[in-house]
Amino acid sequence: MDRVEGEAGNFQVTLIKKPRYIQEGKCTGCTTCVDYCPVEYPDQYNQGISKNKAIHIYFAQAIPLVEYIDDSCLYLKEGKCRVCETVCENDAIDLKQSAERKEIQVGAIILSPGLEPFDPHVRKEYHYGDFANVVTSLDYERLSCSTGPYSGEILRASDGKHPHKIAWIQCIGSRRVTPGDNSYCSAVCCTYTQKQVLITKDHDGDVDCTIFHNDIRSYGKDFERYYERTGKTPGVRFIRSYTSIVREDPVTKNVTLRYSTNDEGVKEEEFDMVVLSVGLNPPSGVQAMSKKFGVELEPHDFCKVNPVEPVSSSRPGIFVSGGFQGPIDIPESVFSASGAGARVGELLNHRRGKLSREREYPPERDVSKEEPRIGVFVCHCGANIGRIVNVPDTVEFCKTLPNVVHAQEQLFSCATNSAKEITDMTKEKGLNRVIVAACSPRTLEPLFRDTVREAGINQYYFEMANIREQNSWVHSKEKEEATAKARDIIRMSVARARRLEPLQEFDLPVDKAALVVGGGVAGMNAALSIANQGHEVHLVEKNAELGGMARRIHSTLDGVDVQAYLRDLITRIYKHPLIHVYHSATITDARGYVGNFVTVVKSERGVSEIKHGAAIIAIGADLYKPAEYLYGQDDRVITHMDLEEGIHNGDDQIAQAKSIVMIQCVGSRNDERNYCSRLCCSESVKNALSLKKKYPEKEVYILYRDMRTYGFNEDYYREASNKDVKFIRYEPEDKPVVEPGESDDGRPVLKVTTTDYILGKKLVLDADIVALAAAIVPSASTDEVAGQFKVQLSPDGFFKEAHVKLRPVEFGTEGVYLCGLAHYPKFIQETVKQSYGAAGRAMTLLSHDVVVASGSVCQVNEKKCIGCSACADACAYGALEIRENKQGKKATINPILCKGDGLCNSKCPTGAIQLKHYTDDEMFAQIDAAIA
Amino acid sequence: MRLVRVMCSGRVDLEFVLRAFSNGTDGVFIGGCRLNECNFITHGNFHALTMVLLAKRIMEHIGMNPERLRIRFMSGADANLFVESVNSFVQKVKELGPLGQSEGVAPEELKARVAQVTKLVPYIKRVNKDKLATRLNSPDEYDTLFTKDDVDRLFSGVITYYIDPDKCQACMICARRCPEEAIMGGKNQIHVIDQEKCIKCETCFDVCPPRFAAVKRIVGEPVPPPLPADQRMIVKRAKTTTP
Repeated sequence: MDRVEGEAGNFQVTLIKKPRYIQEGKCTGCTTCVDYCPVEYPDQYNQGISKNKAIHIYFAQAIPLVEYIDDSCLYLKEGKCRVCETVCENDAIDLKQSAERKEIQVGAIILSPGLEPFDPHVRKEYHYGDFANVVTSLDYERLSCSTGPYSGEILRASDGKHPHKIAWIQCIGSRRVTPGDNSYCSAVCCTYTQKQVLITKDHDGDVDCTIFHNDIRSYGKDFERYYERTGKTPGVRFIRSYTSIVREDPVTKNVTLRYSTNDEGVKEEEFDMVVLSVGLNPPSGVQAMSKKFGVELEPHDFCKVNPVEPVSSSRPGIFVSGGFQGPIDIPESVFSASGAGARVGELLNHRRGKLSREREYPPERDVSKEEPRIGVFVCHCGANIGRIVNVPDTVEFCKTLPNVVHAQEQLFSCATNSAKEITDMTKEKGLNRVIVAACSPRTLEPLFRDTVREAGINQYYFEMANIREQNSWVHSKEKEEATAKARDIIRMSVARARRLEPLQEFDLPVDKAALVVGGGVAGMNAALSIANQGHEVHLVEKNAELGGMARRIHSTLDGVDVQAYLRDLITRIYKHPLIHVYHSATITDARGYVGNFVTVVKSERGVSEIKHGAAIIAIGADLYKPAEYLYGQDDRVITHMDLEEGIHNGDDQIAQAKSIVMIQCVGSRNDERNYCSRLCCSESVKNALSLKKKYPEKEVYILYRDMRTYGFNEDYYREASNKDVKFIRYEPEDKPVVEPGESDDGRPVLKVTTTDYILGKKLVLDADIVALAAAIVPSASTDEVAGQFKVQLSPDGFFKEAHVKLRPVEFGTEGVYLCGLAHYPKFIQETVKQSYGAAGRAMTLLSHDVVVASGSVCQVNEKKCIGCSACADACAYGALEIRENKQGKKATINPILCKGDGLCNSKCPTGAIQLKHYTDDEMFAQIDAAIA
Repeated sequence: MRLVRVMCSGRVDLEFVLRAFSNGTDGVFIGGCRLNECNFITHGNFHALTMVLLAKRIMEHIGMNPERLRIRFMSGADANLFVESVNSFVQKVKELGPLGQSEGVAPEELKARVAQVTKLVPYIKRVNKDKLATRLNSPDEYDTLFTKDDVDRLFSGVITYYIDPDKCQACMICARRCPEEAIMGGKNQIHVIDQEKCIKCETCFDVCPPRFAAVKRIVGEPVPPPLPADQRMIVKRAKTTTP
């Protein structure tokens, strides 16, 4: 990126594209050049642990999947070699390429430069690069990966042997104010370390794993259970201690660590390998980038964002997603990305669809009356298949198979000219089934389906025979057997292809309105974003007023006046002509499916039947009502939320109190609620800071298990500690005890007894107020709403997203989205991001006139159905129902809800239900053909 | 290894496995996603697992080594695990040799037994419907979901459905409702079940009007031969008894 000029809606961006020395259009990614390239240099992708060539593909999933030439190339350095040019069959190498300058016009910009792992070289004490067997967690990640330097074997650099005793040291570069380190918490390391430990145990159950840590911050959804699982795994130790790397054994190259425990004091222990759990830095070159884009940075050099506008940079029209906002994990990166997309959609809504073009296909030929006429195209994949499998022989064999009327070889079936050849041949020879014998259907099936559509054939008449991943790649040393196997694979595909049926994907109309359930911060932001993109929104709130849980919050840790924000948000909702609010509302019925829902709402407007294409569930959460620590029995025991309100309102009891004790994890992280409520540590730190600001003389104690002030909130934890807030850790099996008593000076107090593990003795604190950090629990109406919208719940009772990492705002049920506390406890900033994310995903649906449903769904043959319900019981999507008619009980299917997994098919005793494209007939034909 | 693609391991039907063995395949391997890590909410791998547990017991029952069937769970990123699993399975099958060798049974005999069981798949699925839909929580439960006794009882208790010619009123209800069209007979024709076609779904037994109760369940006894075709006509009693 060279420069940006202009303003929101109209930017001119100058890009400089570095030379790849490869013509992308010609390169097929066959890697022949890589084999011949004589230059080896440390593989950047594998952390420099193994070697790669000067010409190479960056990594296996790179897009585009073509090579590039690194500056270690002999020709680029010394003008010699050029062997790659000679071996390339496609003349794709262009060593004369130079940097290209490109001007582009855009309306908005999204910055997503990511993060940089902390480099432990900056501090000598980490001994990285100095001791051979000290690696970073990213090195370890590559070591344990099957595409890594040793194909997934974890080996020591010093002797290439498997380590049997490994230590992880947490907070490397994080939570430290020493020069070169970062003061903030990197937010992801505790959990990724646990993942690495479990992967290590998967590789080899006998490896002894030790994690040296400060607080364990497993605050994410399902992370507490993961922490528990890691802790219970045999041979895994968690040791809470500062740790120093002392020495390396000159012979064995083992590394000695020094640490201390409560019971044994300071001790030393030797490990085969030490993994530094490095934190996250801002992206490299961030200063220059901030200048070029004209966006401000926050004090840690991440992008400066307003907490209530968390995907917008300081410059209008420039948005931000992912790690550039600060250290965040994958789900938050994903929903912030969707969120940034939604905000861009608001800005550029007037230009939506202006640049897109509708794809047009020739009309589909009806071939149902014809005998199968099969064409087989056998791909060489450069040398990938052709060097192992005898392709010409295979083609001849294909011609002997029943119904095969055409067979030919192709160098690269996926190349544009080859695809055209398939289309042309299909027309010329009147083919009505097409088989490409090449690679895995995972990547190229959509392309080839498109190719046969171009020839006027139904796309489900296409079949792929995988003779690369499943054959030539695994049998590279057995050429004859590989050729024989290729024949078998193709024979199986032909047998299947003969029985394939044309299937219609159906277009469902999409109702353009959205329903948002819940009028809190999450629901309101999602509603506004969708409405700003031109769609009607029906916002349903169960209370008489909008605002939700945020009505009880006065400020955030970073100083946002929440009530002022909320007033502004509510005003914008009411003023928006496309948003219809239903107060004191209950949902009495919800039916329909993606694009076509009907929800009946009873509210102060009466009974309304709302038609909508998408629904967003943002019903928030409730606060746990503690049963512990005399709550409800003694009015000096309050919740952290009460304390916040009290401080804000200048409550007398709080003003008079000399000493305030806060107890964390009340109702969280226990057997009943095995999750972390995420907010409470920061909430208590916020209250402690407010108290210290208003009444510096007050004694403030926070009794905690792990302080989970992740991310930038770590700075406030440190500030509180510096302001003499006393943090005392307790263990769950030795919880603090609260009882009424009297102080030494004779005033009635609550006596709080707890064990101080640093001093190693019991402490008794006199408290005038005890504030309990009560858990966030799923909203009371969660079960009901889940039933109405046919969506799932996680074990902890919060709503369950379609995929924890990759689809964090969608449900498995299409057309229904999720945001806010209903998903899991989270801060306002995170909630706003997620609600924009949900709006973004909903807009992807609503901006289309139709939604296409797959043709590979189940169908029921009523005659054969005996109404046993085995199918309906197996269906996770409610697509099957048993209905009674004159012929008895029969299964009926709603194909729109069917996901095509075929569980019902394999459960059906009579074969009455069949998954199209994977019918019993098609499967049996393929199975039978496996044996010649 | 010859591969057959399904979109979810839960699509792998008991009959697919039996079909492969009856074709002479020496081993069947099913690969599914890691348990509890379904990318959807389907969790079909649990269904594949229960099917495999049942299939293994059935294999034992008919004298086939259950180690010829294996299921392993792994993610798309577990290449090593995949390689390891496949190699160890191939090695295992090589040890066992061609179908019948380690069992000491002639291959044709074993295939015939498989074919017999295959005919009972609809019955097996129907009576084990609930167990097959169980989501197991830990490997400790694997051995007890289907026990040897369960499967022995399953086969010893195979029901045959028979229409008592003395009771059948040729009302056509069962014949119309039979999903396999296995019931022969028309109006005034005593109905007869074609045992070759019958899949033991019990529909006829359920729908036969209780006042006739003509359909009988027969277990452990030979089924009476069907009435000869020329004796099936129902002679209207009202007419014959008229003096």
